[in-house]
Amino acid sequence: MQDKKIRILIAKPGLDGHDRGVKVIAQLLRDAGMEVIYTGLHQTVEQIVDTAIQEDVNVIGLSILSGAHFPITEKLMKQLKNKTMNDVLIIVGGNIPKRDINGLKALGVKGVFTTGSKFEDIIDFIKINAG
Amino acid sequence: MRGEIVKDTQEKIKEVVLESGIKVKPVYTPKDVKKIDYNKDIQNPGEYPYTRGIHPFMYCERPWTMRQYSGFATARETNKRFKYLIEHGQTGLNVAFDLPTQMGLDSDDIRAEGEVGRVGMAVDTLKDMEYAFEGIPLDKISTSLTINSTAAILLAMYIVVAEKQGLNPEKIRGTAQNDILKEYIGRGTWIFPVEPSLRLITDTIEYCSRYIPKYYPVSVCGYHIRESGANPVQEIAYAFLIAKTYIQRVLARGIDANDFIARISFNFDIHGNFFEQIAKFRSARRLWAKIVKNEFNATNPKAMMMKMIAGGGGGGLTIEQPENNIVRGAYYALISALSGTQTMALCSYDEAYTIPSEKAAIISLRTMQILMEEMGLCDTVDPLGGSYYIETLTNQLEDKIVDCMKKIEGRGGIVDTISKGEIQKEVSRQAYIYEKMLQSGELVKVGVNKYRTDEKEERTIQFHEYDPSLVKKQIKMLNQVKNTRNKKEVSSSLNKLRTMAHTDKNLMPYIIDCVRAYATIGEITSVLEEVFGKFKEPVRI
Repeated sequence: MQDKKIRILIAKPGLDGHDRGVKVIAQLLRDAGMEVIYTGLHQTVEQIVDTAIQEDVNVIGLSILSGAHFPITEKLMKQLKNKTMNDVLIIVGGNIPKRDINGLKALGVKGVFTTGSKFEDIIDFIKINAG
Repeated sequence: MRGEIVKDTQEKIKEVVLESGIKVKPVYTPKDVKKIDYNKDIQNPGEYPYTRGIHPFMYCERPWTMRQYSGFATARETNKRFKYLIEHGQTGLNVAFDLPTQMGLDSDDIRAEGEVGRVGMAVDTLKDMEYAFEGIPLDKISTSLTINSTAAILLAMYIVVAEKQGLNPEKIRGTAQNDILKEYIGRGTWIFPVEPSLRLITDTIEYCSRYIPKYYPVSVCGYHIRESGANPVQEIAYAFLIAKTYIQRVLARGIDANDFIARISFNFDIHGNFFEQIAKFRSARRLWAKIVKNEFNATNPKAMMMKMIAGGGGGGLTIEQPENNIVRGAYYALISALSGTQTMALCSYDEAYTIPSEKAAIISLRTMQILMEEMGLCDTVDPLGGSYYIETLTNQLEDKIVDCMKKIEGRGGIVDTISKGEIQKEVSRQAYIYEKMLQSGELVKVGVNKYRTDEKEERTIQFHEYDPSLVKKQIKMLNQVKNTRNKKEVSSSLNKLRTMAHTDKNLMPYIIDCVRAYATIGEITSVLEEVFGKFKEPVRI
């Protein structure tokens, strides 16, 4: 836990336009007292990283429902490394098969929240791990 | 979703409120329906206002069309799945396109990376569509193209494929989803700003009404609006407002309401309370007939008949205990048959995880076939008609839909409220409230917040494996086409399209010329984007 308000960028990378879940999460985290910046649809990884730097966030949450979670996350992690943004907490949510969770974690994703995740689990995870 | 809230009250009977806000009484009697005038409000099937169905004998004469959504990887793979489904008794096709195709990007575009062939078939040029429909006669099988911002391009390709099969355009049957306004609310595959997008849709409707009279150029989708969080009343109200917008645009081009409104169909969602859904469709059918007759002064009864595809909705299916989705699908199909739909589609039980496996797709198809051929659903029309409860709900829902439409019209109309992001905000607010009720257990979802079992893995799901090598195949084919096409023809047709996009002429003939010259979907979209610009999403949470 910390005193400073958590700033989180909720991002919708790629071409997938299913934003019901991401907008629910954005409202949830805002109601939980965090500063939420939502990117809107069709973001490239470059745009997401730029926004993260500009907005000086300590968490990035990616919402991916198209099945392209590996290529997108890999690209994001690489670019964050290039910009030496190593202390940003990365979480991924959406239609992620359980068998892919470990693979995403190996890429550096700290938390994976699949469809139907408990609200309090998401909030607690971010509050404990963002710093 | 149970789709209703049950509150404990002081009294013995619990209070039940449906998603649309209607309170359900424990018992309905003739008193509830005594104000209904059968001849005026309900009427026999096939007669205005078509509450009981648009045809006099409905399924007795012609059962519903079964149209499962399918398509993946390349056109060749999709062609195989199409043939497999037709072989198993499917009576119509519903083509899924990958996201780059839906967003107007070629398979070799950097923005398409990781997405080629993933959620549907990849299409770069006419060549892909030629392969997809090889050996499938387009005058015999009706095809639905699930495509929106690039619908004009895909429709153009479809027309040219039919032409190459030697068919007269008058013979082509099928539907293009082509409903851009709902893409701004849900689903999100928009490219251009609202106005030029509306122009493209108007162009396709006008073109079809003149040259492809059997084609449905638009399927207005309440489905995705509801899947994004809207309640059943908003689903119908917003869809009707959107349909009215398209109609007004086409009327402004001097086309007679009687000539084209009949070719606008609807796509609605099924999940939630069983009876509420059935009443929703019956009330929608009646209201649409009134709108077309009274607001557009149509006299052609066909224009007043609301034709629809009802989709057993993905929003009702669950990740948890996926086999339960087979049962849910069966109920959704039953709702759909009791609602008098023209076409039925079911999300498959594994769809919360993956592109449906062959097994899951066949279970969905069999579900509909069992209903059609074993259960007597085709023996008599609208078997629930006259039920005190159903007729009361039908009336109440109609009132609520009318009310909802009036409110939006009073706020500047659907185009304005979508452009400002207001509708989107309303819908996502509702999705949030809904999710909170689900998490608190106020809304019951079996296997999710009740009767839950902990599963370590998705043992029973057979994942559709994405094959990265198909991208190479797809790009190779794209390059082959690029190398063999007539470059002069490509650039002159694209230049012509650019010039015409600056005018207010119908763009369909020029898009058809580009497609015929094997211009790519990315090339055509870029030309249009140069002229039209890009939609700026009003992000409001």
